[in-house]
Amino acid sequence: MSTQPEQGAAHPTVGVYLRVAAALVILTVLEVGVFYVPAFRPVLVPVLLVLSAAKFALVVMFYMHLRADSRVFSFLFGAPFVLAVVVLVALLFLFLGALTLRGAAGAG
Amino acid sequence: LFGSLISTYLVYKGRSVVGPYPRDVLNIPFTSISTFDLLMSSLMMVLALAAVQRGDMKWGKIWLFSTALLGTVFLGGQVIEFTDFVHKGLTLQTNLFGCTFFVLTGTHGAHVTVGVLWLFTLWVRALQGKLGPAHAMTVEITGLYWHFVDVVWIVIFTVVYLIQ
Repeated sequence: MSTQPEQGAAHPTVGVYLRVAAALVILTVLEVGVFYVPAFRPVLVPVLLVLSAAKFALVVMFYMHLRADSRVFSFLFGAPFVLAVVVLVALLFLFLGALTLRGAAGAG
Repeated sequence: LFGSLISTYLVYKGRSVVGPYPRDVLNIPFTSISTFDLLMSSLMMVLALAAVQRGDMKWGKIWLFSTALLGTVFLGGQVIEFTDFVHKGLTLQTNLFGCTFFVLTGTHGAHVTVGVLWLFTLWVRALQGKLGPAHAMTVEITGLYWHFVDVVWIVIFTVVYLIQ
């Protein structure tokens, strides 16, 4: 392959890359910090999921350039991602429900 | 692939009949450093791409090598972690946690290995003078693969290590 990237899709500057890296490090420190603070136990899962989603979005938007690139690329990334989430949720409902029912039947 | 593997891990989470259990083996400080390492490798990757695009091959080579090196360090961390787990009695056959954990993180590690080999190949081509601004798209595609590996780890770190 020897084609130049399209100039229309301007990539972020080095400064933006560094700021995103700093944000990723801060979010990771927050994740680990929240894990160790007992006060966060009741809301640990939602807080961790939000922090993880923020890191995910930062990498995808700025490092994978989906924020600036054509929407076709966003669709090419987003469609399989949505499919993966649907598979994940479907499998969780299907098997967690089956295992829980089997456990309840065994206990009963 | 990773959606299915993560789902499988979650479905069997907490259903191991015998130990070791996640709380017995998972080393959060160690894995946090591995996570930091992989996040920084993604930064090196975008810096490599930016350098290649502007024709600065000196820094392009440095960032490409740094990315591959950080990827290698991550793999080294995974080898240490797996060895530690085996010494603590957790193998692929021990329990549901061992089986789903090793398959999930091992598959991710295999993808990182492919990425590291790909990056070292690009670096060698750059050293030979066969990689320049005209090949920026090649570096971009390598970068997309590397960032994909990174975002998968972001999910694994949260789901497997932090949500116990």
